[in-house]
Amino acid sequence: MSKYTEDDLREELKTKEYEYGFYTDIDSDTFPVGLDASIVRAISKKKKEPKWMTEWRLDAFKIWQKMEEPDWANVNYEKPDFQAISYYSAPSGKPKYDSLDEVDPELLATFEKLGISLDEQKKLAGVAMDVVVDSVSVATTFRDTLLEKGIIFMSISEAIKEHPELVKKYIGTVIPKTDNYYAALNSAVFSDGSFCYIPKGVRCPMELSTYFRINQAGTGQFERTLVIADEDSYVSYLEGCTAPSRDENQLHAAVVELIALEDAEIKYSTVQNWYPGNAEGKGGVYNFVTKRGLCERNAKISWTQVETGSAVTWKYPSCILKGDNSVGEFYSIAVTNNYQQADTGTKMIHLGKNTKSTIISKGISAGKSQNSYRGLVHVSSRAENARNFSQCDSLLMGNQCGAHTFPYIEVKNKTAQIEHEATTSKIGEDQIFYCNQRGIETEKAIALIVNGFSKDVLNKLPMEFAVEAQKLLEISLEGSVG
Amino acid sequence: MLRINNLHARIGKKSILNGIDLEINPGEVHAIMGPNGSGKSTLASVIAGKEEYEVRQGQIVFESEDIAELSADERAHKGIFLSFQYPVEIPGVTVTNFIKTALNQMQKAKGEKDMPANEMLKRIREKSEMLEIDRKFLSRSLNEGFSGGEKKRNEIFQMAMLEPKLAILDETDSGLDIDALRIVANGVNKLKSKDNATLVITHYQRLLDYIIPDFVHVLYDGKIVKSGGKELAFKLEEEGYDWIKKEVNQNV
Repeated sequence: MSKYTEDDLREELKTKEYEYGFYTDIDSDTFPVGLDASIVRAISKKKKEPKWMTEWRLDAFKIWQKMEEPDWANVNYEKPDFQAISYYSAPSGKPKYDSLDEVDPELLATFEKLGISLDEQKKLAGVAMDVVVDSVSVATTFRDTLLEKGIIFMSISEAIKEHPELVKKYIGTVIPKTDNYYAALNSAVFSDGSFCYIPKGVRCPMELSTYFRINQAGTGQFERTLVIADEDSYVSYLEGCTAPSRDENQLHAAVVELIALEDAEIKYSTVQNWYPGNAEGKGGVYNFVTKRGLCERNAKISWTQVETGSAVTWKYPSCILKGDNSVGEFYSIAVTNNYQQADTGTKMIHLGKNTKSTIISKGISAGKSQNSYRGLVHVSSRAENARNFSQCDSLLMGNQCGAHTFPYIEVKNKTAQIEHEATTSKIGEDQIFYCNQRGIETEKAIALIVNGFSKDVLNKLPMEFAVEAQKLLEISLEGSVG
Repeated sequence: MLRINNLHARIGKKSILNGIDLEINPGEVHAIMGPNGSGKSTLASVIAGKEEYEVRQGQIVFESEDIAELSADERAHKGIFLSFQYPVEIPGVTVTNFIKTALNQMQKAKGEKDMPANEMLKRIREKSEMLEIDRKFLSRSLNEGFSGGEKKRNEIFQMAMLEPKLAILDETDSGLDIDALRIVANGVNKLKSKDNATLVITHYQRLLDYIIPDFVHVLYDGKIVKSGGKELAFKLEEEGYDWIKKEVNQNV
């Protein structure tokens, strides 16, 4: 974290508009708007999928048609018109690249602007990248290195073709098609995403990293990610997102499934920085994501997220602690500013004996935003000696924002130990004055206070992500105090 | 260095300072004493630039510049330091991180680059040793769970790090036991030079046994009603403030 200096921050803070608000002009192969069974078939055909996958999608589509869009979350938004979205958009005429030279230069320039040039990424810290731009994977690096260890890291479209047995066995097992409205929709029309398999006993030597990016006007992004850690393996997976600024709302409904088999461990870290809309609340991404992991015996799954973007966020990365002694963790920072709305949290479902879960949630609200934590801790009757510790802290800036906490606790076994702590605080004028008196200007003072507040979660992120996350916190709160 | 002319200030509708005149020159130590509610802490806050207070009349001139319109951080950049009576907590921000941020912001205001890490560490080591501060203390969250003594020692540590021209010590002795008081006073004395000045605000004479003032002023009802040498402090200690009140009321 040491490389990021105050001067860098100062530069960042000068930019008042959304940082990554630019648009790359890439030739796209885009479907007409609208959704019916024929579109679902066409997506599957376009991706040259086997028949079982096509059927799977169609089944999901049927389920989705019978469902209704949920409205229990503490958010208000204009419901998307699903017939006004184009369900497929791929950078045209280039299914695969062997080297970066073949990649559209304009696309590379986009990455450059984001500060994540692939060239640099290749050299840096052993980070392999599976880059997803508008639904089709255009560059995959380090695959060979990974293959030596038997690790499979590729787009899910490729995996469907190359490792159908693995995909077929696990897809939809943690998040069934029937799970919820958006999961069903995703199952029917998912465009692309990442697939990762770590074989038995293998410790993945590098952080696996995917950058998602919504690029085409009016195309929804339906990512599908499947991570399988076989027995006694370990993987740390990073997911980071940015999107160009745009006036109309964009829908993002991803599904992420994690499977940690016996003694395996998965760390899944997310930095989400999609366009939050402008200061008047116009535009911005709808982020309706379903993320869930399954832990077998002695397995562990940690979700860490830094959510600063999107106009509306609806997201509950969860753990099903099925196996005895399994462990689930959820560390979250959610920042809302201006008119942003976030309803986020987790579900820890304790099924096995001696299962443990930890929840640490830090919500920061500014402007006229609404920030809700919603979490469920469920202990089933068979889960002897289950333990949970939850801590939900809210930090408010100004008088017009809201922080809400909705903890649900269901305990059906007397041996369970559940602890829940919650605090709400405000950045006080006294704190700001104290910093000011030491020569620290107000914006910097807020950044300092917010970083201090979020420290427990920031510490859980891999180093390179922590730096980015810290910057994001500061950028997303700029102008929030007059 | 600091010249205050006919300063009137209020908070909300309540007038607290009612015409303060005060002049402090480099190398001097001034003490302001006075009963509770006389406006001592307000005076400190107003000099430091706390926005809640409205300056209605008068000037605050620091190094020949009227600073009334400057924000608190700008005043800090000019070399005004306030040791708070009640330092605030900033959870998750370590003492080291905080002082590093402050020092580099000061550097930036002067148009200078960040202080190199090794220089910073050296300075931190030096100053913490001077104030007998344990190394572990530096990695604790700022003022969180600190004892009264630790808070005050930390204030003086920051002062030592920032090397201000004018240091205002607001009730620095409150909450200190005798050992801590000696350490803190020692620190303040070591930092004194012919170029900087100190304004000690205190209710009791006790601190002035350690930090010897050149001038003592008595604040009552928002005005300096009496000034003198250090002997004035002894008289106040012995006789209390009643005689001052009487004097003032007779004059009215």
